[in-house]
Amino acid sequence: MSTGNMNLTLKVWRQKNNKTKGALVDYKLSGISPDMSFLEMFDVLNEDLITKGEEPVVFDHDCREGICGMCSMFINGRPHGPKDLVTTCQLHMRSFKDGDTIVVEPWRAAAFPVVKDLTVDRSAFDRVIAAGGFISVNTGNAQDANNLPIPKMKADAAFEAAACIGCGACVATCKNASAMLFVSAKISQLALLPQGQPERYRRVQSMVAQMDAEGFGNCTNTGACEAECPKGISLENIALMNRDFASAKFVSEETV
Amino acid sequence: MSDINSNIPEGELTSKWTKYKSSVPLVNPSNKRTIEVIIVGSGLAGASAAATLAEMGYKVKCFCFQDSPRRAHSIAAQGGINAAKNYQNDGDSTYRLFYDTIKGGDYRAREANVHRLAEVSANIIDQCVAQGVPLAREYGGLLDNRSFGGTQVQRTFYAAGQTGQQLLLGAYSALERQIGMGKVEMYTRHEMLEVVKIDGKARGIIARNLITGEIERHFGHAVVLGTGGYGNVFYLSTNAMGSNVTAAWKAHKQGAYFANPCYTQIHPTCIPVSGDHQSKLTLMSESLRNDGRIWVPKKKDDNRKASEIPEDERDYYLERRYPAFGNLVPRDVASRAAKERCDAGYGVGASKLAVYLDFKANTERYGRIEASKSGIHNPDKETCMRLGTAVIKEKYGNLFDMYAQITGENPYETPMRIYPAVHYTMGGLWVDYNLMTSVPGLYCTGEANFSDHGANRLGASALMQGLADGYFVLPYTIGAYLSKEISVKAIPTDHPAFVEAEERAKGILNKLINIKGTKSVDHFHKRLGHIMWEKCGMARNEKGLKEAIEEIRALRAEFWSNVRVPGVVEELNPELEKAGRVADFIELGELMCIDALNRNESCGGHFREEYQTEEGEALRDDENFAYVAAWEFKEGVNFELHKEELKFENIKVAQRSYK
Amino acid sequence: MSGFGNALSSSIGRKYVMGVTGIFLILFLIVHAGINSLIFLDDNGLTFNIGAHFMATNWIIRAGEYILFIGLLVHIYQAVNLTIQNRKARPENYAVYNGSANSKWYSRSMGLLGTLLLIFLVIHLKDFWVVSRFTGIPTVDANGHEDLYAVMREKFQDPVRVVAYVLLMISLCYHLLHGFASAFQTMGWNHSKYNGIIKSTSVWYSIIISLVFALMPIAVYTHLID
Repeated sequence: MSTGNMNLTLKVWRQKNNKTKGALVDYKLSGISPDMSFLEMFDVLNEDLITKGEEPVVFDHDCREGICGMCSMFINGRPHGPKDLVTTCQLHMRSFKDGDTIVVEPWRAAAFPVVKDLTVDRSAFDRVIAAGGFISVNTGNAQDANNLPIPKMKADAAFEAAACIGCGACVATCKNASAMLFVSAKISQLALLPQGQPERYRRVQSMVAQMDAEGFGNCTNTGACEAECPKGISLENIALMNRDFASAKFVSEETV
Repeated sequence: MSDINSNIPEGELTSKWTKYKSSVPLVNPSNKRTIEVIIVGSGLAGASAAATLAEMGYKVKCFCFQDSPRRAHSIAAQGGINAAKNYQNDGDSTYRLFYDTIKGGDYRAREANVHRLAEVSANIIDQCVAQGVPLAREYGGLLDNRSFGGTQVQRTFYAAGQTGQQLLLGAYSALERQIGMGKVEMYTRHEMLEVVKIDGKARGIIARNLITGEIERHFGHAVVLGTGGYGNVFYLSTNAMGSNVTAAWKAHKQGAYFANPCYTQIHPTCIPVSGDHQSKLTLMSESLRNDGRIWVPKKKDDNRKASEIPEDERDYYLERRYPAFGNLVPRDVASRAAKERCDAGYGVGASKLAVYLDFKANTERYGRIEASKSGIHNPDKETCMRLGTAVIKEKYGNLFDMYAQITGENPYETPMRIYPAVHYTMGGLWVDYNLMTSVPGLYCTGEANFSDHGANRLGASALMQGLADGYFVLPYTIGAYLSKEISVKAIPTDHPAFVEAEERAKGILNKLINIKGTKSVDHFHKRLGHIMWEKCGMARNEKGLKEAIEEIRALRAEFWSNVRVPGVVEELNPELEKAGRVADFIELGELMCIDALNRNESCGGHFREEYQTEEGEALRDDENFAYVAAWEFKEGVNFELHKEELKFENIKVAQRSYK
Repeated sequence: MSGFGNALSSSIGRKYVMGVTGIFLILFLIVHAGINSLIFLDDNGLTFNIGAHFMATNWIIRAGEYILFIGLLVHIYQAVNLTIQNRKARPENYAVYNGSANSKWYSRSMGLLGTLLLIFLVIHLKDFWVVSRFTGIPTVDANGHEDLYAVMREKFQDPVRVVAYVLLMISLCYHLLHGFASAFQTMGWNHSKYNGIIKSTSVWYSIIISLVFALMPIAVYTHLID
């Protein structure tokens, strides 16, 4: 068994609920193993706090294997911490050094209000999907799957867009708290596939309208979202969304 | 022998479902609008059912404990989904999928359910593709398949290593569409704490709003649980941190039988535990065994590095014991063999609880092939390794990266260390052919029920079952029940049954908060996991199980007197959520041991050391144990056994052999 | 049609406005830099003054000038508007924000660079445009054209002004470096086969345009041209 010997100072955002103000609180941790995941390091902190009779830090997490998109820590100024293409749960303490000070904050965006400590409310994403992030096909209406050949290149591109885990790192890191990468990934996935064509121009209009209504900021093409996305979702999706939006608004006769 | 009725329709196996579907009573559209269905869980089984029922016109309420229905743990399934499409023209058929599933389940599943599953499997692929799920394709634009889990046909559809994610997001988008249209009311960050029964029928649930801590009452004409498996009873498993048995267990306590709880699938290729801090285990896809050779040193307690152990001092124990299947023996066999070696003192790594999965031989072999392709004759070893590594990278790059990320070791240079981990639970709430539990109006779908996998689940079958239940089975079969409920008006939630159920739920929460003991919830969970893993894990025996039952009872008493849950009920309080779940896991753990003790045979994911062949293989007892063990909860954490006999009319029962 | 109205008030619509006006300004800069570079003919500004005369008198150009001003104002207005909205989208800032880890500083500083350029523009318009259009240029050249070249030579005798111009042209370079490619991205003019060309054009355009503008005061001040 690896015994830990790292000493760390954590500055963690503590906020009781969305009605109170929060602040960074310092914690000293010792005996941290480099083999721990970042969240296991938080488990150690919480076990400590519970033993001392203090309130443990509340943070979102679930699968701890980088796919559910629930974990969401802003670590030393970056979503999911210093490593590229990795979620917080897959970040390990060997990425830090003994004696480091680590600042951990929640995602910050008007559309992602803090619920408690490091937990935020990302239901805005669900509402954007509910506005149009689907193909309207009821169960039982489908033809044979191979009746619709799809060029591999298109299918692969759709898959890459669909790899989005909805964690919100794009919004968190964007200096404008814009959700365009998330929204465009879904628009792009469906726009690239033949099944998505009938609703293509409806979809882009209603999803963008919902995105705007949620209070996300505007894209200024800094590219931070793409760089920080743990799944490497490409900025090209945003370009495609922009193009489709123009077609929808200025060419298509369908207004939503 | 059966004392419970599985309501399997009469007739030929192959026509049962078609006939049943065409004769099941319907609910007319105007009545559907007033009928409310509660779905708990938003994974493949829950989300697909919620979306489909809403499309059909029912009023649906869907609950999940995560912040979004898209987070359910179905998302983590890597490999693929089986379907009897026969797109590869390799002789696949509904019957073959049915047969493989029954055999893979070690003849402990219900024929009628499994055949229905095989029948609807093809529809699932059609539906998902129509939804825009980007399954892998070939250059001709048609769907690609791979073989999986040792089957002889290629029937597994996949989306890189993220099949579960893509299928779940498909179901999620269908669900969100219904939410957007106002046909499904979604309750995220809500946890079901009680089933409400009125006149013996399930009529609603009590749920806790996890943000405010408020206890809510929700009415439904029927309640569907799609709440997943209970592998986290072992503390360490490949399940998500939040995966739990609470909804199923509360239903069990209200009269729903719990079937075959001891059937646990242990996956042989997981990343081993690295220390006491370990909070979960990560699966490495089974496909790695296609090119990796598994070995341990021949010498006990060998502390040399893998690279320093010469070839003739390595024990390729799977190849030695199972010359025919070698490294590709089924999951349960591979897992037990690894445990056997480690227990005997041949384990590797710092913990000694791991075996090597070595790609060197095949890297070199691939390298030689590549070299001859590019016209290099007699390549040296270095060239072979260089060219071969590129092939391995192409095939398994993402898995190797994940391994390196978690362990900090480079698997291209040193062999991977792997160890078995709890992965899937075949047991679950007992359901009849309609997927209804023993409580009228209470249904159970997906991994949460026991129905289709028998004693062992085949690879790529979990996604199939979850979606089959949700899209194509439950929406029909629930009509049989709801068609008789059309005259029932929505029952106001001030009904005494709701009040009483709420009191029960609140009572437990308050009790947990007020114990104010000295040990954290995780402390108890880890101890429970330890008992379960050691005594009710990969191999079980009578003595160990009896000890485990005693230890778990003692642990339960200690938990209820010494657990410390900080904070209050009326707030977001993850420790309180965990405490409630661990309390239920402790009771379930006891039942698992009781079930394992009762089943005096070895089959699939249940291996009793007393019942094995001379070669150490599982020995079934079809004469005495060809039944589903359905347990009824009795006051004071006691359980009564009911048996559902399994009749095999279409398949000849045989012993599995992988020699 | 209300469709257009709500299209332009949406987040993407506002980006289009930034993009379209930006592209318009990008094109204008080509013309501007083109005419300015006539000074490097070193013919005592004769050709340059012809160009300036044409720009000042041709009615299409004069009409274009109005459009240019409107475009500029819309660009500025929308930028301010977006900045305000974007601030609102994150009411509470991070204690630690490591922007340099994932994006270029100038892409995050378009507002600052734009403000600098606006200040520059006021000085620049006062220096040359107001003189040529309104207050009048006192001298004429050998061709009898108003001698804007002489005005320029006089202004760029001031070292402070020269240094300021050069620094601001560096700002312009960075503003363009992000703005050029950004406009393409915003308009969705993007294609895997042409993305490389767009990117390199964006870099070369920004450097060449800023260099041409920056070389003028330097050349005049150092008497490289006379």
